[in-house]
Amino acid sequence: MKIIEAIDLKKYYTRGIETVKALDGVNFEISAGEIVAIVGPSGSGKTTLMNLISCLDNATQGVLKINGTDVTHLKEAQLIKIRRENIGFIFQQFYLIPTLTVKENIELPSIFANKKFPAEIINNTLKQLGLAGKENLPVKMLNSGDKQRVSIARALIDSPRLIIADEPTGKLENKVRDEILVIFKELAKRGIAIFIATHDLELAANADRIIHLQDGKIVSKAESDLYE
Amino acid sequence: MRLLKIAYKNIARKKIRSLLTIGGVAMAVAVLVSLLGFNAGYKMALNNDVDKMGYQVLVTAKGCPYEAATLMLKGGGGLRYMDADVYDRIVTDDRIDKITPQLATVKTIEGGGFTMYMGIEDSYTELKPWATFKEGKWFTSPEALEVIIGYEAAELEQRTIGDQIFIPDTREILTVVGIFERTGTQDDGVIFLPLKTAQKIFDLPDQLTGIGIKLKDLGQLSAFEEDLYDEGSIQVISLAQVKGTILNLISSAQILVTSVAIIAIFVAIVGVINTILMSVFERTQEIGVMKAIGAGNRQIFQLIWYETIIICTMGGLLGSLFALAGGSGVEYFVKRFLPFAPEGNLIYISPQLILFSLLGAIALGLFSGIYPALRASLMKPIEAIRSGE
Repeated sequence: MKIIEAIDLKKYYTRGIETVKALDGVNFEISAGEIVAIVGPSGSGKTTLMNLISCLDNATQGVLKINGTDVTHLKEAQLIKIRRENIGFIFQQFYLIPTLTVKENIELPSIFANKKFPAEIINNTLKQLGLAGKENLPVKMLNSGDKQRVSIARALIDSPRLIIADEPTGKLENKVRDEILVIFKELAKRGIAIFIATHDLELAANADRIIHLQDGKIVSKAESDLYE
Repeated sequence: MRLLKIAYKNIARKKIRSLLTIGGVAMAVAVLVSLLGFNAGYKMALNNDVDKMGYQVLVTAKGCPYEAATLMLKGGGGLRYMDADVYDRIVTDDRIDKITPQLATVKTIEGGGFTMYMGIEDSYTELKPWATFKEGKWFTSPEALEVIIGYEAAELEQRTIGDQIFIPDTREILTVVGIFERTGTQDDGVIFLPLKTAQKIFDLPDQLTGIGIKLKDLGQLSAFEEDLYDEGSIQVISLAQVKGTILNLISSAQILVTSVAIIAIFVAIVGVINTILMSVFERTQEIGVMKAIGAGNRQIFQLIWYETIIICTMGGLLGSLFALAGGSGVEYFVKRFLPFAPEGNLIYISPQLILFSLLGAIALGLFSGIYPALRASLMKPIEAIRSGE
């Protein structure tokens, strides 16, 4: 089942009199349960592609389907609904609310979706990510590894079809990075598509596929084994 | 409800800044509550003072009518006197329900201040049925060398029944035969003596300072006043007019305090907007992330609005407490500057006033929060997230 389908996706910006082709005709697909890493130098269009797939921005041209819905020309209110129902976010900087506890941070998406998750789901998620017993701690008291685990738990809580991770291991030690990788692989086994933007080639090498972007175009869509 | 909890925790993030803002709102609310409490309290105290004079009309010697009425209410020097036969001429008027003649005299006391002595007749208690005895009884005769002391005057001078008192500038020693119960009026500070005794010892034979009259029908007041115009040496003062005039006298003080309250409220609004706006700018990335993970514009608006409302509600509660706690201090201060301060509490803070002030503080929060909440809700998630990079 295709979770992401990009067809001739373009994003152009105007800077003064110059038109910047941040993405220039990108085509790719990601299926359920697949881990795909996107790599490329700064300015290659990685962030722009992430923003489009995250439904935080609209493409200039082309078609982008998330879980079968064409999101290319949707309005902000409709994009919010797509994000709530389909996408979980993991950021390099974690972006947790420092005044809230672990549990309250994890529950945030449910508050915005006007849902209340059963305690069982929350407890299972906490347990799965090794956060059991820490649910009532303020997140500011956690170390970086635990903060990223909370960030992953927040992304997972509403059973997304797609997880978008922007440099998820950038601030973590190698040991914690490996643990996060194991978690990603387990999530993929459950059918969640994981899209990772990273400079970390070791992390990319553990993905099922790597999309290499340069100057707004895909230069390769190799199996990650080729990078090992 | 859960957004409210997040909003509360956000406020606790910068404790000192939030406390200062809450303090600003509290000061504005305290000034407002004290001002409105003063408006209500002053009118009540004045009404109580005037109503407890027992009469609606005061006949005095010609002069400034309001000065005469104020002197009757509060005491002081400069009293004017009229012939007692005026009383004999008007006492037979059918329109009169009750009437009592009075002779007031003021004597300064050592160390500053003054004592008011009031010559009265039996008819005094008919007009003031609430003037009951704490101890003792009425004068034994119309010319007895006896006094009845108001509650506060007795407390102040530590007088009991049987005590002998010396009245300054006279050669007489009078015996205390009664002490009135507290009435909550200026009468509590007065020393009463029989009218004839007062005329004799103060050397004011056949003189009066006022005649208090209660008409059978207050609608006849104008006609009654007109009939007394023929009496050249006297004037008729309606106490309703006195109330209005005294309220006018303090209105300038009220305008001043109202201006201060308006400035305080304006400063509080600016303070709240500034604090919340600063907090929104500091949390730009956080707001962007909240939008990314599913928060709608309306929810972000609500979150920021709740923060403002919580700050203002806490300020409102604290301000009301300040006003309740500091009421007596404000009253002491205000009394020193007023041309006339009635007896009793000048500041009356009712539960309704507290509720009104709280609602006012919430309204202040609703208003102050609009702009910062709108700024936050209209942020574009990508730009907000990138703002800190």
